[in-house]
Amino acid sequence: MTEPVAIKLTQCGKTWPDGTRALHPLDLEVSGGEILALLGPSGCGKTTLLRIICGLEQADAGARVCFGHEDVTAQTPEARGVGVVFQSYALFPNMTALQNVAYGLRVRKIPAAQREQRARDMLRLVRLEEFAERRIDQLSGGQRQRVALARALAIEPRVLLLDEPLTALDAKLREHLRVELAQMLRGLHITTIIVTHDQDEAMILGDRIAVMSEGNLEQIGTAESLYRAPATDFVGDFLGTLCRVRARLSGSVLAPGSESITFRPHECVLSQPGSQGHTATILARFFLGSSVRYEIGLEDGQRFSALAPPDSRYTTGDLVSISLAHH
Amino acid sequence: MNHSRIDTRIGTAITLAVAAFLIGPVILSVLAGLTKNYFVGLSSGLTLRWIGEVWALYAETIWRSFAVALATLAICVVTGVPMAWVLTLHRGRLARAMEELLTLPVAVPGLASALALIVSWGTVSGLRGSIWFIVIGHVLFTLPFMVRAAGASMTHADLTTLNEAAATLGAGRIARFLHIVVPNAMPGIVTGALTVLTLSIGEFNLTWLLHTPLTKTLPVGLADAYASARLEIASAYTLVFLLMLIPLLVGLQWLAARGDRRAPLPVNQKPRP
Amino acid sequence: MARRGWLWFAAPAAVLFIAFWLLPMVGLAIIGAESRNGQSAYLTVLGSEQYWMSLLNTVVLSLAATLATLLLALPVGRFLAWHPRFPGRRVLMSMLTFPLAFPGVVVGFLVILLSGRQGLIANLTQWLPDGPLVFAYGMGGLFLGYLYFSLPRCIGVISAAAEHIDPALLEAARTLGAGAWRRFIDVELPALTPALIGAGAMSFATSMGAFGTAFTLATQIDVLPITIYNEFTNYANIPVAAALSIVLGLVTWAVLYVAHSLAGGGGGAGA
Repeated sequence: MTEPVAIKLTQCGKTWPDGTRALHPLDLEVSGGEILALLGPSGCGKTTLLRIICGLEQADAGARVCFGHEDVTAQTPEARGVGVVFQSYALFPNMTALQNVAYGLRVRKIPAAQREQRARDMLRLVRLEEFAERRIDQLSGGQRQRVALARALAIEPRVLLLDEPLTALDAKLREHLRVELAQMLRGLHITTIIVTHDQDEAMILGDRIAVMSEGNLEQIGTAESLYRAPATDFVGDFLGTLCRVRARLSGSVLAPGSESITFRPHECVLSQPGSQGHTATILARFFLGSSVRYEIGLEDGQRFSALAPPDSRYTTGDLVSISLAHH
Repeated sequence: MNHSRIDTRIGTAITLAVAAFLIGPVILSVLAGLTKNYFVGLSSGLTLRWIGEVWALYAETIWRSFAVALATLAICVVTGVPMAWVLTLHRGRLARAMEELLTLPVAVPGLASALALIVSWGTVSGLRGSIWFIVIGHVLFTLPFMVRAAGASMTHADLTTLNEAAATLGAGRIARFLHIVVPNAMPGIVTGALTVLTLSIGEFNLTWLLHTPLTKTLPVGLADAYASARLEIASAYTLVFLLMLIPLLVGLQWLAARGDRRAPLPVNQKPRP
Repeated sequence: MARRGWLWFAAPAAVLFIAFWLLPMVGLAIIGAESRNGQSAYLTVLGSEQYWMSLLNTVVLSLAATLATLLLALPVGRFLAWHPRFPGRRVLMSMLTFPLAFPGVVVGFLVILLSGRQGLIANLTQWLPDGPLVFAYGMGGLFLGYLYFSLPRCIGVISAAAEHIDPALLEAARTLGAGAWRRFIDVELPALTPALIGAGAMSFATSMGAFGTAFTLATQIDVLPITIYNEFTNYANIPVAAALSIVLGLVTWAVLYVAHSLAGGGGGAGA
């Protein structure tokens, strides 16, 4: 494998012919061998950004896309050598799994014996070597995803792009494959960008996360730094849930006041009502298996959620006092 | 049951009457072509004599119709399938206008198209008396059917995404067209092919004006037979024509049924968000 | 991704179309403007009573045949839609759609077999005082012919539309007290109207341009396609033939455009 290449985007924006802005001009740098997760709701521009990187879309004038020292802004997708795993996998139905994986090598005029060998190696990497002769409609969703990955890797890309790789799979499978995929990608040492709208996926798969909203880059950093120190309320609310109340902190106890206090539901500690601070009411209790969720109502009508350990035994109607850990 | 019994009874009666009206004359024609003497009726016995005479008189027209149909098909495939692909990729107003334009030779009476062709190209030596003159007319009339059928298949198979995937793997345009587009549009291409063959074999309006005594096709021969030959021969000739059509029509019906039975979602369906 | 690079793929078809249809059609239109007797053929055509009669005949006959077709196709289409499964349905469908592939000449011949001098109807009506009933060789036969090739097309369109009517709508009407007739008028007919208009327009346009059928029945029937043919072949009056063709072409194209927007595609042999 060659030296992993860094990606540098300068002032990449995208405006559609009808005038709508898909992306505001943004700068982005991804180090060689790093895995970056582009996280955001649908319509935030993350897929557009991905398509600009692989050349399927052209950014507005003034933008630059560089792979290492090479300016690839004007290069066609055929020439860029970017491996892409599409959201719908885009496997060719008229070819077997093996032929799909070997296709990139076929167009590079690699001799048949060599490319079959390499295609089989790739299928072995994704643990699908027995399915080499299967046609695409005979494969399950998870298997297709792996074939798509093998196909993208077969061409030894300098950059790997994955567009919502796990979204098409059902929840249990997704959970299982997430960790597998993370480990596999880390072992490959290819500069990788993953687009997703699922925060768990972003946190597990990405070395760093870039949160996007409405064509803008909101914040970029490790999962932990984004979670603990969200730059904007949008980021805070997108990674995990953010509760916001008008109150005051006396010590770590929530008391009546008019400041804006934000915290995570699991940072709430419930205790017997005391003399100072809010006396809150438990409005509802939901047992979730690994935790208990309470709907809390303050005397002034404000409401928020709190997450407690599974052995928490308060019930609807109980009065409690709320304090916040880590604050 | 949402429908009254009277409704069903009337519906059944009219349906059977219409079916009789449509098929009755066909059966009549088939019988006339096989009966020894039409005036006497079936009691005169069945014979293949008329079909034999048809073959002796009109075999050439039958071969020629086949040849014209195949030539028309070849040209339609080579020009129509790439055109269908371009129209699938481009979804703008210009593409839609081109599609409408291509169907004009079908919307406008064949008479007019033939007249235009004769007036513009009829003076080119060698072309007017050649079978290619007829082939051109047939191509103009059948091309939109090939384009439409192939295009429907291309859209259904989500070929735009597959095209992008192949591009990221490094394939150039011609490679993508031959490896990805054509194989995956096969159902539509085959349907289009059968349609083109059926329409070409039966084409009359254009061909009557474009033909010369040396380039008669089957329908042209039929018109001659209807005007001058015995009823039995004309019927037998019609029978031969119908026999040529049946395998094509059965093939088209079979393809249509197969298309319905297959999974309605293409292999690469985008998941719901 | 550069879409423009693909445009070359459309070139062969485009060149074929432009060279052999578009430009010749324009040429034809220009010839129609040529003058023979001191005025452009278009004016001659529009000013002559003879051609207007031809046009009128064609329009009236096509209209009558279209209405008759719709009147028959509606119950058949509904019947097929309400009975999606019964023994022999496949055979019935084949019988109803087989004629779609017939060219106009064959339809003409079948009309003669039915109503010509030696036809079925003639044989059945031998005993009539005025002699057997024969009407194939005139407007009557042409009417039958138009009916013959329009029915399969219309039945197909109407039954497809009828299948798409949500049964829940009819059930709702029932629970609200609507009887069978009311349900037909208030729920079914409005839902089927676009299909009816589309199918009707298609039949009308095809009948207007039908040549083969009229040609087989008799070359003296006074409908526009026959007139055009006569002008061209017998009188070598190319400008008038051209002018009439352009007028006919414009009318059929316009009517089909309306049909297409209302009922969607649908093919078949020319008539």
